[in-house]
Amino acid sequence: MSQNPLWTLFSLFAVLSLLAVGGANAAIPEMHRVAVDVMHWMTDKQFADMFAISQLSPGPNVIIVALIGYHVAGLAGAAVAITAMVVPTCVLAYFVARTWDRFKDARWRVAVQQGFVPVSLGLIAASAAVLARAADHNVYAALITLATAATAFWTRVNPLWVFLIAGVLGFARLV
Amino acid sequence: MTNDEFNETFALSQFLPGPNTINFSVVFGSRFGGVAGAAVALLGLVGPPLVIVTILGVLYERYGDVETLGHILSGVASAAAGLLIASVAKMASPMFMREWNSGPPVAILAFIGVAIMHWPLPYVFLGLAPIAVALAWFKR
Repeated sequence: MSQNPLWTLFSLFAVLSLLAVGGANAAIPEMHRVAVDVMHWMTDKQFADMFAISQLSPGPNVIIVALIGYHVAGLAGAAVAITAMVVPTCVLAYFVARTWDRFKDARWRVAVQQGFVPVSLGLIAASAAVLARAADHNVYAALITLATAATAFWTRVNPLWVFLIAGVLGFARLV
Repeated sequence: MTNDEFNETFALSQFLPGPNTINFSVVFGSRFGGVAGAAVALLGLVGPPLVIVTILGVLYERYGDVETLGHILSGVASAAAGLLIASVAKMASPMFMREWNSGPPVAILAFIGVAIMHWPLPYVFLGLAPIAVALAWFKR
């Protein structure tokens, strides 16, 4: 694996840009697989940290790719990563938007959209599993995950409060 | 932009692969100003967060080893995983509560392939998506 890391970043995220049905969260397992398991760019802990930082930051989830890119190759890495992740899907979006009226009611269009729904659900579920495995290395951490999941599922609490409480528990060395 | 136009733009950005909010900004921007409009909308959405997250990235690379910071981020990461589980549960419950059609098996196969077998996403996607689309095509 002596290839240029910028090229590896570019090819990883350019492919994800077009295959991540369900958005950036569906692409998390592939980012983890490449960054941690295959390329050994970072540890599980660092990957989970970057996901946490991207969730704390304003803006779309996809900006996690800039953190991964920066870690691998500095500012050039961040620029390559976000460009590769954003530009292919944007070009596609631009051209599909211009022809959308012609096929929006077509049967194949409906079938593609309906078919992708369960695929993206499975991918996002896999993201949750990968992240929980990367982040939860003791019982207290797993309890924070479960408590957050229950709170977010059954109430409408602002996630920032949950992050604040979880951060304080971390500060208190519980995780 | 009317309500209908908004819904149309939203449906289109859901249809496309990749980050949905990004797609939305491009489709929205292109309706008003073509390529330039799309570029401006994209930069407006991604630019400022990108600056912020890059600064956070620089700080993390420098101070990520500080033990206290590591513990705080661990707590937040565990909570973030929980939030994702909750949104998965919200998406899954209508699909799994209704009569079992092709949806749940496809979702479970995608999950097993990626989370348990650790197969590369492109293989799982290219193997599963055509089957899932075909099943949706023949459903009615």
